[in-house]
Order: sequence, then structure tokens, then C-alpha cells
Amino acid sequence: MNGLEQFKDRNVSQNYYRVKIEPYPKTPWERFKRVVRRSLRLELFVGLKITLMEMLRFKIHTIQYPKEKLPISPRYRAVHKLLRLLESGNERCIGCGLCEKICISNCIRIDTRPDENGRKIPTEYTINFGRCIFCGYCAEVCPELAIVHGQDYEHASEQRAQFALKEDMLTPLDKLKEQKEYPGFGAPTPAADKLIKKTPLAY
Amino acid sequence: MESAFVIETIIKILVVLGLFSALAGFATYVERKVLAFMQRRLGPMHVGPWGLLQVLADGIKLFTKEDFIPQGANRIIFMIAPVITAASAFIAMAAIPMFPEFTIGGYTVRPIISDINVGLLFVLGVMAIGLYGPLLAGMASGNKWSLLGAARTAVQFLSYEVVTGLSVLAPVMIVGSLSLIDFNNYQAGGISNWLVWKQPVAFILFLIAGFAETNRTPFDLLEHEAEVISGYATEYSGMRWGMFFIGEYANMFTIGFLASLIFLGGFNDLGFIPGAIAILLKVFFFIFLFIWARASWPHIRPDQLMWLCWKVLMPIAVINVVITGIVMMF
Repeated sequence: MNGLEQFKDRNVSQNYYRVKIEPYPKTPWERFKRVVRRSLRLELFVGLKITLMEMLRFKIHTIQYPKEKLPISPRYRAVHKLLRLLESGNERCIGCGLCEKICISNCIRIDTRPDENGRKIPTEYTINFGRCIFCGYCAEVCPELAIVHGQDYEHASEQRAQFALKEDMLTPLDKLKEQKEYPGFGAPTPAADKLIKKTPLAY
Repeated sequence: MESAFVIETIIKILVVLGLFSALAGFATYVERKVLAFMQRRLGPMHVGPWGLLQVLADGIKLFTKEDFIPQGANRIIFMIAPVITAASAFIAMAAIPMFPEFTIGGYTVRPIISDINVGLLFVLGVMAIGLYGPLLAGMASGNKWSLLGAARTAVQFLSYEVVTGLSVLAPVMIVGSLSLIDFNNYQAGGISNWLVWKQPVAFILFLIAGFAETNRTPFDLLEHEAEVISGYATEYSGMRWGMFFIGEYANMFTIGFLASLIFLGGFNDLGFIPGAIAILLKVFFFIFLFIWARASWPHIRPDQLMWLCWKVLMPIAVINVVITGIVMMF
């Protein structure tokens, strides 16, 4: 079997492991024998050995959160970003207003004007993060990949309704080189192929 | 001469009080770190380098917390109980010789506050008084969890005390003295003279009883949070709770010193290691053992503790004493 065939195979054998349970002692003599057996087999020291080995191996799994962060999926829907065109540095947003229209919590507001070339540009672009539910519709509907979800998930604030203005979200001109291309809403994660697993159902 | 003795004793008392209060604080840090490493965590990291100042932060927190006395509590007993635990833990150290004798400017200092000829009996007796702290605290709190904790204290107290006494009896018979300095001198001259080789069973029994005496994990029935919230300490906060804590850790050091002195050669020189460092190494091994066992083993029920102490350990201890007597007779 190769390719997708191996994933269509539904005969998944569950590797169940049966725990051996010794019969419960009935007479006092059997109970005594069990105590002696357990004491002489030094089962307590197995526990001590395991903890000591873990300490000596020193494979620490702690992430010290504010200083260290785990990488998050590119599909994670965090605080929005407004992107620019990579060559010219112009704003990508064409002021079509689709995001404002589709927003189900009604938290996006755009103000536009035609510029000197007759092209429509947004003068104001605000998202009320007190109401945004981070559904991702705005990023999905955007025809120009201009409004996207960034990776910055730390948006706790002292204000109940936190507004993000256009300046907060728009890529600054000097940081244009660092702007990461958004792979598009619904894009697979980079290692998606490796993450595929068989569905453990036999039917 | 008389005034010099008084001054010397007062200085010793202050040193023991200060040193062991600080060591108890440091032991909490060590315990949190070792437990964390054994569970693949890092433990306290933010206060100071590698969280070293966490002890200080905890101390400030304990001192500045509100001293709360619940309405239904018996005020006087509630206030006295933690003092009993902390005080008895430190009083027990009075008869323990910590280090070998040394000289400062021609004046010989014996690092023991009071060399009484019943040292071992005194230490064990005062440590046993320490359990009145949890008992009275639990009964005075006016809280059901505390009362359960107090009941468990009584259970524990009735169980381990017999084993402690009987297990130490056999080494006492061999040495023929209750003074801990005599114990130490008996084992002078290398590892082969340690009493643990003559009395391995008594050593294990004493360790088990020591775990029960300090309420450490296999026997931490008094304040097991999954069952009785915090046991006797449920209603305590601030420095009163801190005194229970200091008492527990000071008791750990006392048991460590006792086990090292009685069974592991005390402060005799160990090869090239000088005696003072040798006994410190032994004590810190026992502290590590306490923490290690806490990371590894589940704790047992009160009825299992009684079963263990009365039906298993006490007969073994009695047999051990009888066999020791027969061997000494011939």
C-alpha cells in the first residue's frame, strides 16, 4: 500500500494491552504471602529509581512562558494585520468593504476616499476587539489578502473594548522586508502530511 | 568560668535558632527544586537567579499576611498550638551534637547546647511533644477538616512512637549509653565501625518511624490535601502556619542528625573527609531521601499506618531487640 491507499485501510488493529491482575488473596495466609512477596521484591525501590533517573536525565519540559513561547500554527486566528504590497509598499486594501459587510459581530469600520489616481484607498480601518470573535471571515473574504490574522495572541487589555486603528495593524513601511506572506485562510500547516493519522474506527 | 559558660550557651542557642530557621527556609527551596526536577519541571525560576530568592519572597509573604483566627475557634489554644510545634522542634536540637569539637582562640567549643546523659531520650521525647501542636491546632480550629487532621495526628502518634523507641533500643543496648556523643565515639574509626552494619533492621525501622515522626510523604496523613484539605492547618495563615512549617523542616534536620549519629558514624572523620563535612553530607542525604520519597511514593491510609506500625514493624523491632540481647549475652 502506498500513497493514500494506506489511509483508506480501515482494519485498524487496536494495540490493546491487557493488564495482568493477580487473584485477590482470600485467606490470611495468602494475604501474608502477598505482603512478604511485595516487600522482598523491593517494589518501592523501583519507584525511587524512576524518579532519580528522571532527575539525572534532566529532560525539562517547562516552557517559561513570558520569556519562551511555543510556535503556533500559521492558521491560528490572532490579532489582525493589514498587509502591504511587497514591491511598491502600497497598501493592499482596495476599500471594497467586503470585510465590513461579512463581519458577523459588526466590529469592522472602513472609511474610504478615492486618491489622485482615482483608486479607492481606506482612510480609516478600525476593528473593535471588544466585539471581534476572531472567526476569520474577514480574512477569508478579502480578495486582495490585505486583512489577515497575525500571530500575536497576547491581546489582554485593561479596557473592555479595545480598538485597533489602522496604524496599529498596518505593516510599517520600514518593516516591509519582514512582512510574512499569509498562506490564505484554510491553508494547511507546514508539516500537515506528517500529522495525518488513521482514523481508529473499524466499520 | 561560669559567665563564659552562660555566654557560650546563649551564643550556641542563637546560632542554632538562626541557622536552622534559615536552613528550614532553604530546605523548602531545595524541596521544590528537587520535586520539580523529578517531575521534569523547573520549579521556581523568576525570583533571583534560578529562583534562589524565592525563600525570601515566601518569608515576606508569610510575615505580612493577615493573622486570622476563626470565630468558632478556641482562641488561646489556637494561638499556642503552632508555637508548641516550632519550639519543641528547636528544643529537641539542644541535646544533639552537631559537629566535632573545635577551638577558637584557645577556647574549646563543643557544638552541643547541653550534653545531658539521656540525650537520645530527651530528643525523642521533645520531638514527640511536637505532635501536640497539630493535635491541639486541629481540635481548637472549629473546623471539621482540622478535627479529622487532629484525629489522624492521634492515630499517627499512637502508631510510630512505639516503633521509634523499640528500634533505638537495640543500638542503645550495644553502646550502653543514651548520650549521643557516646554513640558517636563508639563508631569512631572508619565505615566498618558504623552501627548500621550491626543493626540494619533497627536502622530501617528508625527511618520509617522518622518519616512518620516528621509527617513526610508516605505518612503525611495529617495534612493530605486530597482528603482533608490541609488537615490541622486548614484554618491557619501567615506566620502561625509558617511556624508549623518551620517545625516540620527543623524536625527533618533533627531526624537526619539522629540517624547519622546513631547509625552512620556521626561526625567521625570519613577517610579524607573531615568529620564536620561528613555529618553534613549524611544529613543532606537524609533530607534528599525525604524529598525523593515524596516524589516517588503514594501515601497510605491511617488504618494502613496503624497496621504497618503495630502488626509489622513493632514485632520486627521486638524480635530485633531480643536477638540483640541474646547475641550480647553470649
